Amino acid sequence: MNIVVCVKYVPDATGDRHFESDYTVDRVGVDGLLSELDEYAVEQALRIKEKLDDESTVTVLSVGPEQATDAVRKSLQMGADAGVHVCDDAIAGSDALGTSFVLAKAIEKIGAESGWDLVVCGMASTDGSMGVVPAMVSERLGVPGVTLGSEITVENDTVRIRRDGDTATETVEGTVPLVLSVTDQSGEARYPSFKGIMAAKKKPMQTWSLSDIGVETNQVGLSAAWTSVQDTAARPPRTAGEIVTDEEGSGARALVDFLASKKFI
Amino acid sequence: MSEVLVLVDHVDGAVTKPTTELLTIAARLGEPSAVLIGSTDAVEVATQTLTKFGAAKIYTVDDAETKDFLVSPKAEILAQLVARTSPAAVLIVSGGEGKEVAGRLAVKTDSGLITDAVDVQAEEGAPVTTQSVFAGNYTVQARVTTGTPIITVKPNSATPEASEGAGVTEAFTPTVSDQAKTARVTASEPRKASGRPDLTEAAIVVSGGRGTGGDFAPVEGFADSLGAAVGASRAAVDSGWYPHSFQVGQTGKTVSPQLYVANGISGAIQHRAGMQTSKTIVAVNKDEEAPIFELVDFGVVGDLHAVLPAATEKVTERKG
Repeated sequence: MNIVVCVKYVPDATGDRHFESDYTVDRVGVDGLLSELDEYAVEQALRIKEKLDDESTVTVLSVGPEQATDAVRKSLQMGADAGVHVCDDAIAGSDALGTSFVLAKAIEKIGAESGWDLVVCGMASTDGSMGVVPAMVSERLGVPGVTLGSEITVENDTVRIRRDGDTATETVEGTVPLVLSVTDQSGEARYPSFKGIMAAKKKPMQTWSLSDIGVETNQVGLSAAWTSVQDTAARPPRTAGEIVTDEEGSGARALVDFLASKKFI
Repeated sequence: MSEVLVLVDHVDGAVTKPTTELLTIAARLGEPSAVLIGSTDAVEVATQTLTKFGAAKIYTVDDAETKDFLVSPKAEILAQLVARTSPAAVLIVSGGEGKEVAGRLAVKTDSGLITDAVDVQAEEGAPVTTQSVFAGNYTVQARVTTGTPIITVKPNSATPEASEGAGVTEAFTPTVSDQAKTARVTASEPRKASGRPDLTEAAIVVSGGRGTGGDFAPVEGFADSLGAAVGASRAAVDSGWYPHSFQVGQTGKTVSPQLYVANGISGAIQHRAGMQTSKTIVAVNKDEEAPIFELVDFGVVGDLHAVLPAATEKVTERKG
């Protein structure tokens, strides 16, 4: 099975994330890394490959600025076989529709070169956190979307997941080729081993521009986005309120008095 | 006035509160039209609620042939209604399924998509949305510039206003392609009702974390005394102490209640992302250095196993 994993390079959530003057996310001035939620996607792809124990391959695909190479490299260190980085200044400022378009075009090119059976994505990015790109890529590729899997099994051509929906726990399945997305409940992601880090240096890594995947520069990017940000504002930091230390029941009393004063009781 | 399509979220015809919030928002933008996909029985039950909260029109779609498939058929049905009605906007409840329906609809109709809006206001041209991003540290105002504005809205983003609509029902028969019927739902186990308010809709949320040590009884007891929903931090969920569907944080639910009580939760960024926009925040934690105390309106440094049972007793006394 040829597996493609989509990963995103995101600003570190513990860093000072902020916007540029054109309201795009500053993706260069803040330390970035492979989105934590995409590590689960890489992990599941590797587990599927290991379980199949055949000629299966895992190719990691990232669309992003130059530094996004780091996200691809980390995935290679975890055990993926090859990397593709779509990097083009014209992509900057793309919204989810633009990003999913570029991803779908890149997946089609990978397919034309080596074929693909399964695309694996994380449940959402940790910066935009919309959680819609897997569904959009599935829609664009015209293949089933088996999404938000918390438990994944692959049997022959069937991918089956447990999906913890809003009101029910469902079993969902589809036949490859398809797009799979996995949650952070799907299984702890592995750390790159020393051996993995050394091996990654020799793994094939390609960088593609928009023209390599047949996308015009005016089809994506900030000016072609389907949405527009009008304004952003930092939320005023919350100021710490009253803190009391519990001594023999004083904490509970003070807590209930506070709640009563705010009319919660 | 243009129609505004609202995808109805319901369980066997019981319309969820967030759907009534969407109808209220829809009335700001145009004429609310509910899109009700379900069985004939469900339609009968839901119609009354939808009319009560202002639906001028209700498109009913029989789901007999599509209910065993994931999101795709819903997106196709909506796309066909968009083509037919050229609505001012399409509103969908933000949630795992709602966002995927919206994403597919955006691709199908070549329209812009905004997710997780916490407010939507009518403006010249297109509605302007407010979102809370980067773990609640920023608010963003945005609008859709291409196609039909497709907006998913978080629960608790508006107060539902009862305002009798015309409630004219119209059966709509979509053409659902085979392509949309490829992700099959082969089994479905409804989640057991806890008897407590829904986490994302509750006015008060009481949650527990690592500090519970696995014992959620004090948290649940305090929640019940306040009529609150129960939440859990990722640490508690990962330890297997509480089900994932109750997780508050970046990879769980985002809540924005009137009151959030964090117990034995340190307050890591991932947790803050899920609760930082709560109106009033209270914390109980043994560690006075816990970062959660930077956010609180009121905090108690103490052992939750002592503080919560005592507080529960006092709340119950006061309520008489």
